[in-house]
This record gives sequence, structure tokens and C-alpha cells, in this order.
Amino acid sequence: MALLEIKNLHVSTEDGTEIVRGVDLSVNTNEVHAIMGPNGSGKSTLAYALMGHPAYEITEGDILVDGESILELEADERAQRGLFLAFQYPHAVPGVTVASFLRSAINAVRKAKAGGEDDPIKIPEFRKRLDAAMKQLKVPKEMAGRYLNDGFSGGEKKRVEILQMALLQPRLAVLDETDSGLDIDALRIVAGGVRELVGPEMGALVITHYQRILNYIKPDFVHVFVDGRIVREGGPELAEQLEAEGYETFTPEPVGGEA
Amino acid sequence: MATTETQVVGEIGNEYRYGFHDPEDYFFKSQRGLTREVVAAISEHKDEPQWMRDFRLKSLEYFEARPMPEWGGDLSGIDFDNIYYYIKPTETQAKSWEDLPPDIKQTWDRLGIPEAERKFLAGVGAQYESEVVYHKLQAELEEKGVLFLDMDSGLREHEDLVRQYFGTIIPQNDNKFAALNSAVWSGGSFIYVPPGVSIEMPLQAYFRINAENMGQFERTLIIVDEGAYVHYVEGCTAPIYTTDSLHSAVVEIIVKPGARCRYTTIQNWSSNVYNLVTKRAVAYENATMEWVDGNLGSKQTMKYPAIWLMGEGAHGEVLSIAFAGEGQHQDAGGKAVHVAPNTSSVITSKSISKNGGRSSYRGLLEVAKGATGARSKVVCDALILDEESRTDTYPYIRIDENDVDIGHEATVSKIGEEQLFYLMSRGLSEAEAAAMIVSGFVEPITKELPLEYAVEMNRLIQLQMEGSVG
Ligand SMILES: Nc1ncnc2c1ncn2[C@@H]1O[C@H](COP(=O)(O)OP(=O)(O)OP(=O)(O)O)[C@@H](O)[C@H]1O
Ligand SMILES: [Mg+2]
Repeated sequence: MALLEIKNLHVSTEDGTEIVRGVDLSVNTNEVHAIMGPNGSGKSTLAYALMGHPAYEITEGDILVDGESILELEADERAQRGLFLAFQYPHAVPGVTVASFLRSAINAVRKAKAGGEDDPIKIPEFRKRLDAAMKQLKVPKEMAGRYLNDGFSGGEKKRVEILQMALLQPRLAVLDETDSGLDIDALRIVAGGVRELVGPEMGALVITHYQRILNYIKPDFVHVFVDGRIVREGGPELAEQLEAEGYETFTPEPVGGEA
Repeated sequence: MATTETQVVGEIGNEYRYGFHDPEDYFFKSQRGLTREVVAAISEHKDEPQWMRDFRLKSLEYFEARPMPEWGGDLSGIDFDNIYYYIKPTETQAKSWEDLPPDIKQTWDRLGIPEAERKFLAGVGAQYESEVVYHKLQAELEEKGVLFLDMDSGLREHEDLVRQYFGTIIPQNDNKFAALNSAVWSGGSFIYVPPGVSIEMPLQAYFRINAENMGQFERTLIIVDEGAYVHYVEGCTAPIYTTDSLHSAVVEIIVKPGARCRYTTIQNWSSNVYNLVTKRAVAYENATMEWVDGNLGSKQTMKYPAIWLMGEGAHGEVLSIAFAGEGQHQDAGGKAVHVAPNTSSVITSKSISKNGGRSSYRGLLEVAKGATGARSKVVCDALILDEESRTDTYPYIRIDENDVDIGHEATVSKIGEEQLFYLMSRGLSEAEAAAMIVSGFVEPITKELPLEYAVEMNRLIQLQMEGSVG
């Protein structure tokens, strides 16, 4: 049984436009899957749908975690099951520091694990873990005291997304263009951080436009995503082919004869 | 009918924790309603000097002559004839918590006051109904000449000082409710800080209404002498009854040259208390006055802490948080009046409305002719949590001087679906996520509070938020 199983998934926006048009995909722990596809092809929509964004409707298909459908679960319950989404555009929460937000999030997940009983992390332990993770991801110390994503640069936001992942220890991490906006050093550090977490406890689904992050993360599978569907699957070599040739080769035949 | 705590808590959906009440076993309770006889009896009972008795009776005339205010909130529910204007719970004031009657002591224990005193307060006053039942000031402050007494003792022991200032900042006919307070006032704090004395830890007064239909009219006078500093904090709670109570205080503050006073209120009245308070401070040369005002409870609050900047270089700040839940209207704000040159003021107001609650910002900014170089900034941010709730802004500005720098900003926002989703995707429930956004929203004000109060404020907001979403 796969950790995550996406079956014939169709996702529409509130006005009924179908964005994701039949996706099948399985991700296990110990695996890194890359999704590459042109702008507007529906990658973020897929990621949002996995996480349970209320603005997107699943019109057909299913999403299973450990063999159980999560379609009825709210975003927080999905997070508690071990799903994590690093946002392409993380939102700011003024007035809430990164540290206090992280502590609340950790405690929410711990509470769910303890069957609804409060089981807050001890503050010294939290401090220790936070310090260690910040050091590893080279996030400057003072970021912990800043308001979450408030006035952060693009790259800072992305790093803090990965910091959240490191501390929340999800089982399946979906990274939506986490590499965009990162400088070369940051890219290496962040990719290293992800690679380190992938193992028997975690699998990852990495959405990206670029070969570069994949050089570091080394995906096991690459999926080419065009127009709401996976049109080709393969190994890392597929990413190289894409980088060389673009999406042209993968664009599906026009349906119904329209160009 | 006596209401048990469980009933009380059940009625309010876990929101109000201080809804318990004690059995009434009072030393003295006036009849319902307001007459010359009641006013005279209060004065008699307190054995006051003639001038105070006359002041009270004159104030009663003003109160009766004035119409109810037509602006602000809906005050039609107040039945002046049904209110107890004076209740004296104990015969004497206690110097230690142990000396209080067990019921009353227990109340303060449950509110955590004795513990707070031990931990971080320089002095405490605890008012129960009309009288301050407990009072204590650290000995070393007493030695430095600091006075921290209940207002009645202040009048008895320092009559000259009281007579010099009482009713000078807020005249007895200032408004209907100031007149009412002037007629029937009882309790409150009297503070004098001698020149150059800086009191590091806050002085706190705690106000508790216990009886149904009680009217609490405390009167506070604070004089901060040259170069001195004090931080005074007040907290308020009451039980939940089916009929309403009235809290109508008057607070007068004098901040002398170079002195600084900070006055923090965490008002958490139950949702059946009319809270109509007049607060005004005057700040002289290079003095600083700061009002930090948290209004979380009550049915109707009308309160606009004011600062008159009388001396050159004086600075005033009002930081106000209002949280209006179901059936609540918080009409709050601040006033700054620039009389002297080079004075500055900042008014920051943050309001939250949910479950049909209404919060209004009402502010006055006035710059008199000759107050050259005055600077003022007013920022009002409102957060609305649902479609039924409401917020409005009434900024009044009168400027009679050209050489001034005035700014006014107002925003109204809602909790965004995207922001909620982002937080929920990290495992927080919708209510937790909303509470987090709200506490972030008020953070610019809570960060100004001493840690203990910031924690308390956040906890109260959390309680207000519980079950409010989804
Ligand atoms: N809430 C929405 N309402 C209307 N249209 C939407 C909504 N969300 C997404 N879309 C549309 O769906 C399409 C897919 O968007 P999506 O963000 O999933 O693309 P993407 O593959 O992530 O693109 P990019 O590489 O630029 O990030 C786009 O045409 C977008 O405009
Ligand atoms: Mg995208």
C-alpha cells in the first residue's frame, strides 16, 4: 500500500473550470518524485487539492493516504496525517513570530497524535530543535523572532517553508516551486535539507521548472505535467531531456481537432 | 434565584470564566434607585467632609438635568431606578488576604490576584462592589512617600491634596455619567508619586461586581509629580446575571513636568454590564501619558481615554483594543487635545468584531491655536470575522493651527481564506488559526504590556475566539 495514492483525480475551480484532468500517481516513503510542467498547467492546483484547499473541488477520483481516502478531511486533519505543502507563495501572518507559530503548529500535530489530548512540547526542547534546524538550513537566528513571512524576501520565505517542514516532520512533503527565488547557495542547502529528510519516514513530491534543484535532490521519478495531466513518466533523464527540448515534444495531441 | 457556576458557564458557551458569583452577605446595601437621600446616605455613611457632600448633591442635580447621550451606544436598557448605588461588603478593609471573609477571599483567589501580588506587583487594591476591601503597598514605596490608597481613605487621610485636584480634570458636569459618578462615587484608587520616584513594578487595582443590578462607581485620582513614573493597571470582572449592571468610573490623572504615567486597563466585564467610563489625563512639559486600554467584555462600552497636552513637549499615547462578540457593542477610542507647542500624540486602535458584535472607533483630535509643531498620528484597524458583525469609525478632527503634522489611517480587514488555509495546512484547527491571526493583529498592543498581562490578554482573546468559527 502506497503512502500517497492519487487516483484519476479531477479538480475544478469554484466556477467549474476543470484544471486537473485525471491524474494517477503513487508516492512512497523513501521516494522523491518530481513534477515538471509549463506555467498554468495545474501543478499548484494539484498541490492545493492534495492539501484540501476549500477553493478547489474534487469532481472525480480519490486521494488516499495509507489506503484511506482523505477527501473528507480538512487541511488541518490532512496535516495531522502527515501531509505538508511548501507553498509556492507563502502567506504572511503579521504579529505572529516564526517561533511562536512553529511551536503552535508542532503542538497541534502532537495533540492530534495524542488522540486530542494536549501534549505541548517543552520549551527547552523546542528551542533546541528550532536552533538545530535553523543552523542546518542556514536560516539566520533573528528570523525566529520576525513575524511569519511578513516582509520576507522571496528566498527567505522559501527557506522558512523548509524550516517548517524540518520541524513538523511530515511523512509526505509537497514542495511547490520551492527552488524559485532561492540563490545558488540556498538552493543547495535547501535541497540538501530535503534529501536528508527523505527516507523511511518521508517521501517527497517536488514541483519545479528547473533541472538544477533535481541535480541536488536526485528524484527517483520524473512526471511531465501538461494541461492538467501527467503526459510522460520516467527517471531523472527525463528532466534532462526537458531542459534540452522544452515541453513542445510532450504537448498532447489537440482534442477534437482544434489547434 | 441563585445561579450556580455551572449554569452560568453553560449559558455562555465557555466564553466567560469569571461568571461565578458569591452569596450576598453584606455589611450595608443601599435601597434600589437614586435619590438625594441615597446620595446623602452614602456621604453620611462615609463620614465625609461637608464640601464633598455638597459636591455629590450638586452632581446629582447635574445628572438629573442632563439628557441621556444620543450618540455612541444604545443605553436605553439602563434602568436607573433598579440599580443598587452603594453596597459595602465588609465593615473594614483588610490588610492581608486572610482577613477577608472566606467568600470574598475565594473570589480573589480564583481570579489569581494574591498570586499576582506576590509575583510582580508593587501594590494591589481590590474593590468588591462599592468598597476597596483589600489594599497593600510595598513598604519601601511607602517609605519613599508614595501614596496608594483607596479613594475614600485618600480623602480621609489627605484631604487637602484630594480637594486640590478632585473634579478638576473631569468637572462634575462634564457628561451625564461623570455627573452620576461624582454623585455616588465610592472606592477607586488615589495615587501620589513624589518627584523623581520611579515605581518599577505596576500598581494594580482589581474591580469586581458581584451583586445583581449593582452599580459600581469607582473614582480614581493619580498625581505623578515631576520626573516620577508609575504604571497603574486595572482589571475588571463580574458574574453573569439575566439583568444588567452598571459600571461608571471616573479617572483623573495629572502628569507633571518630565513625569510619565502609564494606565493599563484589561476590562473583561461579563456581557450584561454597561461600562461607561470617563478617563482624562493632563500632561505638562515633557511629560508622557499613555493609556493602554483593552476592552474585551461588557454589553456596551463607551470609553475614550483622553489626554490634554498642556505643556511644551508633552507626549500622549492611546493604545486601544476592542473585542466585540455576540450582543456586544464596544464604542471605544481616544482623544488627544494639543494645547501647547511641540506636543505629540499617537492613537492606535485595533478592533475585532465577531458573531454579530459591533465595534466602533470614536476619536477626537484637537489642536488649539498656538500649539505650533504639534504632531499626531491616528491609526485604526478593524478586523471583522463574519458577515453579521460590524465596525465603524468616527474620527473627529479640529485643527486651529497651521503648523501641524497630522496623519490618519484606517483599515478594515477580514480574515483571509488563504491565510487560514495556510495555517491550517500546518495542523492548526480553523479556530486556532483564526485565533492566531487575531492575536497577531493585536500584537502591536499586547507587546506593549508586561509579560503577565500580555499572556492574560492573549488568553482572553483565545477564549473569545473559541467556537466562534466554523
Ligand atoms: N482559484 C482559481 N480560480 C480561477 N482560476 C484558477 C484558480 N486557481 C487556478 N486557476 C487557473 O488554473 C490554471 C492552473 O493554475 P496553477 O496555479 O495550478 O498552475 P501551475 O501549473 O502551478 O503554474 P505555475 O508554473 O505558473 O506555478 C491557471 O490557468 C490558473 O489561472
Ligand atoms: Mg504553481
